[in-house]
Amino acid sequence: MTDVMVSANPPFRPSMLIHDRRYRSMTFQVIVFILVMALAWWLVNNTVRNLAAMGKDFDFGFLWQRAGYDIPQTPIPYTSDDTHLRAAFVGLLNTLIVSILGCIAATVVGIIAGVARLSNNWLIARLMTVYVEAFRNVPLLLWILIVFAIFTEVMPPPNAFRGDDPAASMILFDHVALTNRYTAIPTLAMTNDPGSLDLGARITFNWATIAFVVVLVAGWIVRRMIAAWAQRVQDRTGVRPTTWWMSLGVMTVPSLLLIWYFGLHMIPPQLRGFNFTGGLNVQNGLVALWLALTLYTGAFIAEIVRAGILAVSRGQSEAAFALGLRPGRTMNLVILPQALRVIIPPLISQYLNLTKNSSLAIAVGYMDIKGTLGGTTLNQTGRELESILLMMGVYLVLSLIISTGMNIFNASVKLKER
Amino acid sequence: MSETHAQTVPFVRDTMLPPADPPIKEAGAVRWLRQNLFSGPLNTILTILGVLIVWFVASHFWDWFSHSVWNADSLADCRRIIAETWGEGARGACWAVIRERWNQYVFGFYPVELYWRPTMTFGLLFVALAPVLFSESAGIRRIVLVLTTVLTLWLMATLGAPAAWLVFAAVVLVGAILISERHVAWLLVFSVLYPLMGVWFLWGGSAWGPIMVLAGPVLGWIAWRLLGRVSALVATVAALVVPLVWWIVFAGDASRDAQGIVSLAIPAVDSDRFGGFLLSITIGVAGIVMSLPLGIVLALARRSDMFLVKTLAVIFIEFIRGVPLIALLFVASLLLNYFLPPGTTFDIILRVIIMVTLFSAAYMAEVIRGGLAALPKGQYEAADALGLDYWKAQRLIVLPQALKISIPGIVSTFIGMFKDTTLVTFVGLYDPLKSMSDAVRASTSWKGIYWEPYIFVGFIFFLICFGMSRYSMYLERRLARDHR
Repeated sequence: MTDVMVSANPPFRPSMLIHDRRYRSMTFQVIVFILVMALAWWLVNNTVRNLAAMGKDFDFGFLWQRAGYDIPQTPIPYTSDDTHLRAAFVGLLNTLIVSILGCIAATVVGIIAGVARLSNNWLIARLMTVYVEAFRNVPLLLWILIVFAIFTEVMPPPNAFRGDDPAASMILFDHVALTNRYTAIPTLAMTNDPGSLDLGARITFNWATIAFVVVLVAGWIVRRMIAAWAQRVQDRTGVRPTTWWMSLGVMTVPSLLLIWYFGLHMIPPQLRGFNFTGGLNVQNGLVALWLALTLYTGAFIAEIVRAGILAVSRGQSEAAFALGLRPGRTMNLVILPQALRVIIPPLISQYLNLTKNSSLAIAVGYMDIKGTLGGTTLNQTGRELESILLMMGVYLVLSLIISTGMNIFNASVKLKER
Repeated sequence: MSETHAQTVPFVRDTMLPPADPPIKEAGAVRWLRQNLFSGPLNTILTILGVLIVWFVASHFWDWFSHSVWNADSLADCRRIIAETWGEGARGACWAVIRERWNQYVFGFYPVELYWRPTMTFGLLFVALAPVLFSESAGIRRIVLVLTTVLTLWLMATLGAPAAWLVFAAVVLVGAILISERHVAWLLVFSVLYPLMGVWFLWGGSAWGPIMVLAGPVLGWIAWRLLGRVSALVATVAALVVPLVWWIVFAGDASRDAQGIVSLAIPAVDSDRFGGFLLSITIGVAGIVMSLPLGIVLALARRSDMFLVKTLAVIFIEFIRGVPLIALLFVASLLLNYFLPPGTTFDIILRVIIMVTLFSAAYMAEVIRGGLAALPKGQYEAADALGLDYWKAQRLIVLPQALKISIPGIVSTFIGMFKDTTLVTFVGLYDPLKSMSDAVRASTSWKGIYWEPYIFVGFIFFLICFGMSRYSMYLERRLARDHR
């Protein structure tokens, strides 16, 4: 019997801070903490000294001063007499508008292109490969500039639409006019306007909009309830009731009733004098940015969708058919859940990328938050530190919101493991 | 009975029929067309749609492209030539702008008589990359190096490089070929020295600056060796502290003094003379080289057991990934003056490189973290079972496999970063895409030319990025060690 006694708790010696694995990580963390604190102190100290040397202070009060500059496209009322804060908010709304429109369109383009790239059709598959590679391997800025140049250089001026034999004509059954200054699209109008909900600060929501949102959300919830009821009936009797007409009705009929009640109709743009009026004249910066972002991100989403579809093995759909599932339900119950599991996480980061890339609006003069808060406001007030920190904070919050929302969605489609 | 019946059969075939040709629908081009383009109503519609798209694009661009003009002094001149050659009203591409402004697109405002310096630096880049990128195949490496040698020397000679530098480049390039035939790994020494050499060749000035920077790690190594006998801890700390102290306190004076004693200077070029693809490639290469190691460290930190290290890594990565690169570039151009001690100024290109590096390092960290997570737990446990410590386990077992899994993601991060170098236009640097094309349009002779510069720059970016993605596919195949 060897009797080497190893004490379970040897007395503590300072050298154990380095040589004992139990304490080493603690030592290391303390050192890192001290270094990080020192770095932070150094940065803050430098900033304070620099601000003092320049005679500036760190103050967000400038946000309540008069902005004094115009913004071409404002989703809420704004004049140059408003504050910088309101200008920044308008910029934020503009960022959101182009991001949301871009995410929706890019998803559509990406799904179509991704599926088409897997098509048996040789020509279509090759065309989509060309599209994807061309957009993925060229800077986004180039596409933004090219699309913008197409609008400003190739499109006719508004007065080319004049006369009995105009040089240019409107597209989509005389509803959209592409000009070199703006794109004129129809607006919606109501004969029976219910008035608006005033949120204060001249921000209003039309009651009709609110009614549509409520009706759509309610319809969606009822649709889910119908599906659950069908499932219960199927579980009990083995026969699934036909529900598609109920779902369709729930989703569409209330909206149609609302359209009829409010007398909702489109007013196409009309050429009056040298300009289009009546419709909505969308600034070309927005259209170009939106198109370029859509096509660029769409190419990335196409690859994600393709990878997701390829990740579901062929045996899965064959097994579903063997079980007697119809193609629609095979897609819904077998293929999509598995493909989405692969698709969603990278899709989230594409949405985030699109939102961040929308800051390239600066290249086409579209006033997003980079253009207002990080651009004109910064230049006018000379508050670089405050403006840029605030702008980065806004982008961070946006990113966090998008990724949280999408992560919740991701959790719902994720493989439920035990 | 059957025999009698058999004899009543009037005809029995005793030779095989020659095989008939397959039906026309099932052979050759027709079969291919039927299978790939017209296999059903939907496919037929799609094919017709595809043909229409191709026809639309071709009919719009073919005329324009086939009426290309390569020799002209101005856009007006171009239009005159097009009108004379193809008749009034013909549209055509004016590539003459690329021909005339080629140097500006490639070198920016770099002094003309020094064009050979970026050229040499770019050529030597391939020598530095050879042991890293083409370590697996001697054949490809030979082709790349010989081509680089011939092209670099020829271009340098045409651009009027001094004879001494021609000899230098020839010695390095030919030496690299000879060494790589025997011991590829020796070229890694050149790869390590290359960044400092590259900085000196591009920006010029005194060679003592880079040499003194290099002296830092050397001094650290000496301190480590000397103190290693005393205590491993003291040696490690000294190896980290000595270079820092050297760089911060002594290096500046030392290089000035050394320059006073022995002058090793070449003409200096300021950062504002950089532009075009020289700028893009400088920022891109520097960012790529630095973001990969930083990304690995960040990924390991994020997976660390140490709470504080992990938290810091998460905060850093999520912060960087949450803001657009433009915002970070503005921080580099506007806010860095606030964060540094009063009176500090440093080069805008360097600031941009730092920001681009941090930006892509955060993305790189996430890609590598994915690779680390994808590695089976057994690999980590096996490393522990072998008694390897943390760093040995990472270096010998975990990282080689994790990095291999992450190659596609790493390369697409590189591609994304290289494309993002065009954003430096917004902080006043002359990127080839926007600033340079605006500069070209600013001259009276090329006012109003849009498509040709954009298409040219886009084409170059496409070549580089597409090349990178194809290289990553090649590398994946090369490194695949699983059973096929």
